Amino acid sequence: MQEQRFSELRLDSVSRSFGEQAALRELSLTVQAGEFIALLGPSGCGKTTALNCIAGLLPLTGGSIWLDGRRVDDVPPEQRGFGMVFQNYALFPHMTVRDNVAFGLRMRKVSGAEIRRRVDEVMQLVRLEEHAKKLPPQLSGGQQQRVAIARAIVYEPPLVLMDEPLSNLDAQLRLTMRTEIRRLHQALHLTTIYVTHDQEEALSMADRLVVLREGVVQQVGTPEVLYANPTNRYVAGFMGYRNILEFDVAEASDGHAVLQGKGVQLTGRTFEPVEGRAVAALRPDDIAVGDQGSNLIEVTAEVVEYHGRELLVDARLPGGEQLFFRTEQRVAPGDRVTLTVPEERVLIYPADAPRAPVEVVA
Amino acid sequence: MTATTPSGTATGAPARTGQPSMRQRLAERGIDRVLLLLLPGVVFLLLLFIYPFLYGLQLSFAPLKGGLLSNYETFFSDPYLRDTILITLGLGVPAALLNVLVSVPIAYRMRGAYRGKRTLTTLLVVPITLGTVLTAEGLILYLGPSGWVNKLLLDFHLVQEPVSLVHNYWGVFFSLVITGFPFAFLLVLSYLSGIDPNLEKAAAIMGAGWRQRFRYITLPLLAPGLAITFCLSFVLAFSVFPSANLVGDPAGSTHVISIAAFHAAFEQFDYPMGSAIAMIMGAVMLGVIAIVLGWRGTLYRGATGGKG
Repeated sequence: MQEQRFSELRLDSVSRSFGEQAALRELSLTVQAGEFIALLGPSGCGKTTALNCIAGLLPLTGGSIWLDGRRVDDVPPEQRGFGMVFQNYALFPHMTVRDNVAFGLRMRKVSGAEIRRRVDEVMQLVRLEEHAKKLPPQLSGGQQQRVAIARAIVYEPPLVLMDEPLSNLDAQLRLTMRTEIRRLHQALHLTTIYVTHDQEEALSMADRLVVLREGVVQQVGTPEVLYANPTNRYVAGFMGYRNILEFDVAEASDGHAVLQGKGVQLTGRTFEPVEGRAVAALRPDDIAVGDQGSNLIEVTAEVVEYHGRELLVDARLPGGEQLFFRTEQRVAPGDRVTLTVPEERVLIYPADAPRAPVEVVA
Repeated sequence: MTATTPSGTATGAPARTGQPSMRQRLAERGIDRVLLLLLPGVVFLLLLFIYPFLYGLQLSFAPLKGGLLSNYETFFSDPYLRDTILITLGLGVPAALLNVLVSVPIAYRMRGAYRGKRTLTTLLVVPITLGTVLTAEGLILYLGPSGWVNKLLLDFHLVQEPVSLVHNYWGVFFSLVITGFPFAFLLVLSYLSGIDPNLEKAAAIMGAGWRQRFRYITLPLLAPGLAITFCLSFVLAFSVFPSANLVGDPAGSTHVISIAAFHAAFEQFDYPMGSAIAMIMGAVMLGVIAIVLGWRGTLYRGATGGKG
């Protein structure tokens, strides 16, 4: 049985609450076939809830899910035909690796010869041939992970859901598997929805990111858009804008603002009008040592971490606020350094982070 | 941990320098010193159970009259005694089987979290606290010739004469089910909650309906637990004594093996014969348990990934 292909998956105001607690509020998203979507956010932001709703493991409390013209949110999980990789893998401990992988095909009443052929093919794809006869507990974490992926893609599901599949692996393996998953996604023309709390993982793998906070979508966009233009300070914080400093607004015009305070004057870009107090978000890599131009910041280096090619410096503003920057120049603790930031790399947001989603055209 | 003695040893123990502590050396050999605290308990157990067992065993070979094996010869040559084995098996095996089989679907249905779970579990487990005598009284009142059930059956003209449901095989059988079910149910429920719920979710997403999920995932992981539950239920049912007397037919169809042993030891004062019957009873139980555990040995018994 060939799984039914589709051209788009549409989530329409999908909501889920647990009692009074809203875990997911009005998630609307259209996923094109072949896309790799990452749902990104810290634990408790609703990303796993969203995934379980799509999988059919959790009934919705509002909204609907559509595969092209067909409404699927009331279809039980076994009839949706999706694939899913669980965070703890959920491999069947009493079945061999081979039987685990073949399970989905068996349930689809595929013939024995066809099962053998397709399982062989997938086992080769995830490089597990020599472990076929082992039981899952006999495998290493990375191998179990690959079984979980093989098991989810062997019946060529139209949609593959992945729930933090790499979070139980060590850093080295995580990098390898990242590439591996992306490779499988491209080779098999899968449509993937991938849940993670790791922004680097999301940026490097996904075609589009959905950043969630307390069940509310903050921003949807390509990695480039989110990285360069996070729509609010929360997304900025998640995208590696590690320095978020609060100042008075000295001057604000269309798309630009000048902030003042702490012995510093910063000019930067705004995404919505600011007045009174505002925060500036700066990435440690955008800050350079040097006193040419504008946007100068005087700091005292406090802790210097050696990161190979460069140093990560934890410095203090004259007022005592913390500021991180990266540099290839030699800086020692206690040094007074003048820093500069390009104006287009200073992102200015209202001091009170908005809860409501902001419409951003990607 | 933070103690700093002049010599610089980190532990507070006055260990000889360079020598690992006693505890460490024992641990190297797989000996946990704390477990030695079990020793008094083990001695107590030996005195309380093993000694009487051995005493009974030798007593059974010292009959009041006749040769070494004459007690056993008597038992197996007298059909009235010999048949107690079959009668007791005929009660114990079906009752234990029914208790386990009925527990599975109910516990399966109740494994998740939902409102009122505790109340429902309590209700199902209450019979365990009633005791056999109360259960027997209830059964007589309810199922007896002038009990509610027979009254109802007669009033609706479903039967012409009262159906005998007590003071025969069925009375004892019902009693065993009523008192044995809560026990089996609790065990099955705890085995079920030891299975990672994600396994069933994964199976569902891969296309397995609830029947297939149960057949291919839950049942294989539960089976070893069911074997143990059956063994314990069977042992409980096999030593049936009070209900065989109270709601059974102790001289006939429910002349179970424990009644035979009691009769020999405490009514005929033939202790050696009573001991012999008790030994035979033990052997039969061990035989059944050995068969079930032998089957269990062929199953997957590793981790089931759950919390329990």
